[in-house]
Amino acid sequence: MQVRLADRVTDLAIATFLWAFRISVVLIVVVGSFLTLSSGKYGLETWTGLVITGLTTGSVYALVALGYTMVYGILRMINFAHGDIFMIGGFAGYFAGLALSRLGFLNANAIASLISIMIMMVVAGVFALVVALLVERIAYRPLRNAPRLIPLISAFGASYFLEYSVKGWAGPGVYAFPDVAVLDQLVPIDFVRIKWLDVLVVIAALVMMAGLYFFVMRTKVGTAIRAVSEDKATAALMGIDVDRAIVTTFAVGAAMAGAAGVLFGLMFRQINYFSGFEPGLKAFTAAVLGGIGNIPGAMLGGLFLGQVEAVGPQLFLDGFGVPGLAGLAKAVGFTMLVLILVFRPSGLLGERISGTRA
Amino acid sequence: MTALAATASGWSGWLPAIRLGLLGAAIALYLCFIGIVAIFDPRPLIQGVISLGQVALILTGIGVGYLTARRAADGPLRAMIGATIAGTIAGAALTGFVLLGAVIDLRGVILHASPVTYGVLTFGLDTPGAWIPIVLLGAAGAVGGAVEVLPTRFQRPVISSLMALLVIGLFAGVIRSPMLANPLTDPIARLLFASDGVTPLGAVATVVAVLGGQALNRRLAIPQRVRELPAERRQRLTLPAIIVGVLFVLWLPQGVGSFFAQVVAVVTLYVLMAFGLNITLGLAGLLDLGFVAFFAVGAYTVGLLTGSGDYGIAHWPFWAAVPVAVILAMAFGAFLGLPILGIRGDYLAIATLGFGEIVRILAGSDLLKPWLGGPRGIYPIPKPIEVTPDSFLAGPLQIYYIALAFAAVVAFVAVRLRDSRLGRAWVAIREDEDVAEALGVNLVQTKLLAYMLGAAFAGLGGAIFSTLLGAIISSSITVFVSINVAAIIIVGGMGSIPGVVVGSIFLIGIPELFREFSEYRYLFYGVALIAMMIYRPEGILPSRITRREFHASDEAEPGEPAEGQSTDEPTSQPATGMVT
Repeated sequence: MQVRLADRVTDLAIATFLWAFRISVVLIVVVGSFLTLSSGKYGLETWTGLVITGLTTGSVYALVALGYTMVYGILRMINFAHGDIFMIGGFAGYFAGLALSRLGFLNANAIASLISIMIMMVVAGVFALVVALLVERIAYRPLRNAPRLIPLISAFGASYFLEYSVKGWAGPGVYAFPDVAVLDQLVPIDFVRIKWLDVLVVIAALVMMAGLYFFVMRTKVGTAIRAVSEDKATAALMGIDVDRAIVTTFAVGAAMAGAAGVLFGLMFRQINYFSGFEPGLKAFTAAVLGGIGNIPGAMLGGLFLGQVEAVGPQLFLDGFGVPGLAGLAKAVGFTMLVLILVFRPSGLLGERISGTRA
Repeated sequence: MTALAATASGWSGWLPAIRLGLLGAAIALYLCFIGIVAIFDPRPLIQGVISLGQVALILTGIGVGYLTARRAADGPLRAMIGATIAGTIAGAALTGFVLLGAVIDLRGVILHASPVTYGVLTFGLDTPGAWIPIVLLGAAGAVGGAVEVLPTRFQRPVISSLMALLVIGLFAGVIRSPMLANPLTDPIARLLFASDGVTPLGAVATVVAVLGGQALNRRLAIPQRVRELPAERRQRLTLPAIIVGVLFVLWLPQGVGSFFAQVVAVVTLYVLMAFGLNITLGLAGLLDLGFVAFFAVGAYTVGLLTGSGDYGIAHWPFWAAVPVAVILAMAFGAFLGLPILGIRGDYLAIATLGFGEIVRILAGSDLLKPWLGGPRGIYPIPKPIEVTPDSFLAGPLQIYYIALAFAAVVAFVAVRLRDSRLGRAWVAIREDEDVAEALGVNLVQTKLLAYMLGAAFAGLGGAIFSTLLGAIISSSITVFVSINVAAIIIVGGMGSIPGVVVGSIFLIGIPELFREFSEYRYLFYGVALIAMMIYRPEGILPSRITRREFHASDEAEPGEPAEGQSTDEPTSQPATGMVT
C-alpha cells in the first residue's frame, strides 16, 4: 500500500504538534507549581483549606459522575440531561428545606437538623428519580437503537427542556438555600479549620457510594445491570429484563444526583435553573477521567477533579503572576475536560466497556 | 351478570379516552405552571375574543380530542363521546387548579399560580368561573373529535382555516405596520388588523379567504398543471421564478419597517453561520458545539482592527479586517481541531462544548481585559459602509445586504464543495469512519478541513455580528450561539440548504419577533430537538442523500451511493475503483 508523501508530512506535523501540546501542558504544571511553592506566598493553612474544598466539591462531582458512568456503561450514551436532574433535585430539596424551616424544625437542634437534611435529600432523590424516568421514557427509549449522535442530540434537547421548564416554573432568579446553623460551626479539632458541613458532605457521599457499590456488586438487580452493560442480547437470553435493568440504572443514578443536588445547595447556598450545567459537565469530566463505565473510576475521578480544580489555579498559575484567578478557576475544569478527552479518552483506570468503538 | 360484563367491556373501551385525558391534564397544567398561559395572555389572537394563552389551552383540548377519536375503533358516536370525555378530564384538572388556588396560595411553590393565570383560565371571572375550563376544554375535545370524525372533504378546509387564523393572528402586527404607511391600504389595515392580533372582522375575512382560495385552487389546480407541463416549458418558468424570489428577498427588509429589518438581518446572519456549520455537521458529521469560539475570534478581530474606541489598535476599514478575521478564525480552528479530531463522535461534541466554554471564560476574564475590555467590551465598532444617517443604508439594512451577499457566497462554496471529491470524502466519513479510512480517506486531514471551513464561516459571522451590534462584549460570547446554529441545522435538515433557511426562520426569526416566544425559546428548542430525533431525524427539509439514508427501505435507489464512494480516493488500493 502506498501512502502519498504529502500525507506523511502532514501526519508528522500533526504528531509533532500534539507532542508539543502535551509537553507545554506538563511544563506549565511543573514550572508553575515550582514558582508558586518557591515563592512561599501561601502557608500550610491556605493549602489545607483548598484541599478540603476540593474534597467536598469532589465528593459531589463523584456522586453525579456515577450517574453518567452507569448510563454510559449500559446504553453507551452521554446522558447530557443528568446535570439538570441534579439541579432539579436541588430545587426539590430547597422546597423541602423551606417547608421544614417554616415549621421551625430545620434549626431546632443538631439532631433535628440532621434529620431535616436527610428528609431533604430523600425528597430530592425521589423527585429527581421521577423526572429522570420520564426523560428516559419520552426522550431516550424510542431512540435506543439509533446511531450514536441521535440520542445525544435528544439528550441536549432534554437538558434544555428541563432547564427552561424550571426557569418558567420558578423564575430566572437565584434562590438562597435555607441556613442550617449547625453546619457552619467548626469541628473542635486544633490542627485544621474544618466545618461540620464539610464532614457531612464527605460522609454522606461516602455512605451513598458504598451503598451503590454494594447494590451493583452484591444484589441480584445489580448483577443484572452489570450483565446488561456487558452484553444486552446475551443478558436478555439469560432471562434478564433488559428494560428493567436500564430503568433501574437511570433511577439509581438520578436519585444519587438529586441527593447530591441538596449537598451542593448546602455548600454553595444558591440555586437557579442553570446551576446544573457546569457541575454536570464537570461530573462528566470526572466520569471520563476515571474511565467511563467504570464505577470506582467515577468516584476516583470526581475526587481527583475536585482537587485539581480547587488547588490547580493557585498552584499552577499563581507562580506566573496571572491575574484574576477566581474567574479562571472555572476554566480549569473545562481545560481538564478537553485534555482528558484528547489525550486519554479511556480514562485513568481504563474503560470497563467491551467493544465501544464508534 | 351480563350487565356487569357489559359495563366491564365498556370501561376498557373508555380507557384510551381517560388515559389521553390525563395526558391532556398534565400538559394543560404544565402550560399553566411554567407560565406560558400567563405570559402569552397579553397577546390577543382575535382582538377582544381570545388570547394566545387561551389558544394554547384550547389547542391542548383539541389535540387530545383528536387523538382520542383516532384511537376509537367503534363508530363516530363513541369517538365523539370519548373525545369530549378526554377534553373534559383535561379541563377538570384546570378547574381543580383554580379551586385549589382559591383555598391556598400556591405562589411559594409555583411562581405562575398568580391571579393572571387564574384570570386567563376563567376568562376574568376568577373563582366563580371555575367551571369554565371544564366546559371550554370539553368543547375543544369535542371539536378535535369532530375534526377527526368528519369526512376528509371537510377536514382539510377546517384544519387549514384554523391554521391560517393562528398564523395571520400572530403576524398581524408585522402585516399591519407597512400597510399603515400607505394611505391606500391604511383603512383596510385598520379594519382587519389590531396592533396585535386580528379584529373579529379580520378573522372572518381570513376564514373566507382560505375557503375561497381552496375552492379556487381545486378548480384551477395550478401546482398540478405546472407539474404536468413538459420539462422544457417548466424550465422556462424557473428563471422568472428565481428573479421574483431574489427581488422579494432584496425588497423584504425595506417593506417591513426598521425593527423587522433588524430581525431579518439577524436571521440572515444565522443563515450564513448555519451554512458554515452545515459543512462541519451536515456533511462531515462532526457535532461541533464550540462554534462560538470561532465566532468570538472573528468578532474580536474586527473589533480590534476597526474599532475607533480605546481598544481599537489599527482603525482599518471593515473590508480589510474581514479577511484577517476569517483567516485567524480558520487558523484557530486548525489549532483547536488538530488535537481533538482524532476522538470519537460523542466525545467530540463534549470536547468542543468545553472549548466554547473556555473561550467564553477567557473573553470575560481579567487576564485578557487589557486587550479585549472584559465584560465592557470593545466599543464602538463602525459600520462597514459609511453613509449619512438618512440614507436607506443606515442602520441594520446594510448589514442585511452584506450578510445576504456573504451567505450567497458561502452557500455557493458549500454546494460546490459538497459535489467535489472532498465533499464525498466528508460524507463517507459521516457514514462510516472505518470504511472511509479503508477506502483511503485520510481521516484527520479531511475532518480538519471541514472543521477549519466551519470555523472560517463562524469567524465571518462573528465579524458581521460585531458591526451589526456596533460593539463586541463578552456576554455576547455564550454557548447559546453554538446551540442556536446547531439546532438550526438539526431541525432544518442536515446538509440541506433550504432546510437551513427554514430552520433559521423558525428558530431565530420567530423568537426575535415575538417577545413571548423568546421567553420560551430554548424550551421550544428542547422539545423540537427531541421530537425531531424521534419522528424525523433527517430534519424538516432534508437533503436528498440524508432522506434516502433515513428512509432507505421506502425508496431504494441503488447505484448512486456505491458510485459516490468508489470514486472517492483513487490513491489507495487499486481494487477499490481506480479507473486506469
